[in-house]
Amino acid sequence: MSAPPPLTALPDTHGHFGPYGGMFVPETLMAALQELTAEYERAKKDPAFQHELDRLLAEYVGRPTPLYLAERWTKRLGGAKIYLKREDLLHTGAHKINNALGQALLALRLGKKRIIAETGAGQHGVATATVCARFGLECIIYMGQVDMERQALNVARMRFLGAKVVSVTAGQATLKEAVNEAMRDWVTNVRTTHYILGSALGSHPFPMMVRDFHRIIGVESRRQIMEREGRLPDLLVACVGGGSNSIGLFHPFLEDKSVRMVGVEAGGEGIKPGRHAARFQGGRLGVLQGTKTWLLANDDGQIELTHSVSAGLDYPAIGPEHANLHDAGRVDYLFATDEEALQAFQDLSHYEGIIPALESAHALAHVTKIAPQMKSDQIILVNLSGRGDKDVASASRHVFGEELKF
Amino acid sequence: MNRIDLCFEKLRAAKKCGFIAYISAGDPDLARTRDIVLELERCGVDIVELGLPFSDPLADGIVNQLAADRSLRAGTSTPKVIDFIRELRRETQIPLVLFTYLNPVYTYGFERFHKDAAAAGADGVLILDLPPDEAAQNKELIESAGLKHIRLIAPTTPESRIELIAAQSEGFIYYVSREGVTGAQTSLSTGIAAQVALIKSHTVTPVAVGFGISTPEQAGAVAGMADAVVVGSAIVKLIGQHGASPDLPTRLAAFVKPLVDAVKSI
Repeated sequence: MSAPPPLTALPDTHGHFGPYGGMFVPETLMAALQELTAEYERAKKDPAFQHELDRLLAEYVGRPTPLYLAERWTKRLGGAKIYLKREDLLHTGAHKINNALGQALLALRLGKKRIIAETGAGQHGVATATVCARFGLECIIYMGQVDMERQALNVARMRFLGAKVVSVTAGQATLKEAVNEAMRDWVTNVRTTHYILGSALGSHPFPMMVRDFHRIIGVESRRQIMEREGRLPDLLVACVGGGSNSIGLFHPFLEDKSVRMVGVEAGGEGIKPGRHAARFQGGRLGVLQGTKTWLLANDDGQIELTHSVSAGLDYPAIGPEHANLHDAGRVDYLFATDEEALQAFQDLSHYEGIIPALESAHALAHVTKIAPQMKSDQIILVNLSGRGDKDVASASRHVFGEELKF
Repeated sequence: MNRIDLCFEKLRAAKKCGFIAYISAGDPDLARTRDIVLELERCGVDIVELGLPFSDPLADGIVNQLAADRSLRAGTSTPKVIDFIRELRRETQIPLVLFTYLNPVYTYGFERFHKDAAAAGADGVLILDLPPDEAAQNKELIESAGLKHIRLIAPTTPESRIELIAAQSEGFIYYVSREGVTGAQTSLSTGIAAQVALIKSHTVTPVAVGFGISTPEQAGAVAGMADAVVVGSAIVKLIGQHGASPDLPTRLAAFVKPLVDAVKSI
């Protein structure tokens, strides 16, 4: 047996991360996925593509984002020094636009003028609608009916940006069903349409491509912490739904043995079937929506219901690269409950004047548990993947028991 | 000899086109599925594709999605469908193809599924989200003998892939006659004859054409170009409307018989 390839060399040419990943799609999509893979490989090596991406990331999206030392929160928790990577300050309010922009540039290279996307919390939908407006592309966003209600603000934003938002009512009407509908649209319109998948999920090349477009988060963080502290952090923390913001932060640090990493899944109302979205708590190996990975299903292989207060984490499968990092022991996957995330949402607002997205609040909830157990000369770097404006209505319902009227 | 191969051999000898019907197993329940299969056989259907329900059928249109939902709500599961086939084999020798997605098969155990389904009397399997490339690259997805592996070819499949898929085809090749999910449509896609001819230049395996065929006119037109015609959603829709009604067999016959006749008259 030869030694397994280093984690940073994955995926292989067929999109496998160890036993995970791959291209488990209907035949209708195979040609488009192979075309996309080939075009992405060409774009990656094309200095003009990279230059245009970098220019737009700087001028339009607002990169680099600051690395911010959360002094009051650090003092309050009384342990490790806490730095926040401020992806919430990006145009549209979350990390999602790093990938949406990259894929829109690819769609232009492919000559595809019609863009579709799924969205859960609405941040990927807003990012996609934004770049489509910027490049004059037709944009259709699939969104579960339940998510449209809990993220009404983002639905309105997408409509102002010129996107058509299609409500998906099947199943539990959240992110998974939105992905199914987007895939059905793509199967039907594949010759004219590019699917901007929003997480490190689905068939190859999406998990690799989405990761690569978000690696900038980790690359900047690494440089910034070296400038500020002259050393690497002890711990990285990020929330994991499909896993795009977390893989973006983690990937450039994978070879740094001294850096521990924690991915925080949605524990919902606690680990009971159907009431959470923590795939490493009671999940199993399976295949869903194009990829082989760890997922929540029953003994018959039917996908289970999920729950999370955060629409962006409310999904039954984890990105395949995370499944492999889990098996390799490189990243620990833990969870935070709805209640813990809502508390962290309030804490960061209160102590730092920053309202975080409920997704990011799951990462912060883990920090509140672990920081006090660490020494004051240790460093935690947490990805603040999005801002919480979109969650204010939903959080007030949970915290104050009040419905906001607009 | 496998029932699918035997069926196509007879069709070839009689110079007839085959008729394949798709239904969702367990919609509205498995007892009713028995009646439906036997009625389809009486109508002259040559092969039945039994949908093994999955919660997230992303290559299916709304009609088949709702059928899978009804079936799952009625308590259908992979072991129950395998038991159902075993019982059904006491009454009919019609070729049966299981049409499904990978996750239920994977969870049951890929190898065990092949062994148990074949032993129960299933003849073939079509897993919509398992392209031959992945089947070849995952050691736990080695396809054992016993079940014929029906492959899909789409209008978007380039000739290099047609060659690859045709080379490993068994039973029959399912040519998806349009880009899209399953479901009836008002007009047939163009270019079917040319695509079928291209596939047949690479293999002797029979080619069945499906997706979007719902009227005797469409079925008859496709019969002139292919070895078999598949009708699915249109039948599933009828079952969805009248599944619980005692006159379902009569209604089914009234709908399916003209489709079969149109295909057999070619």
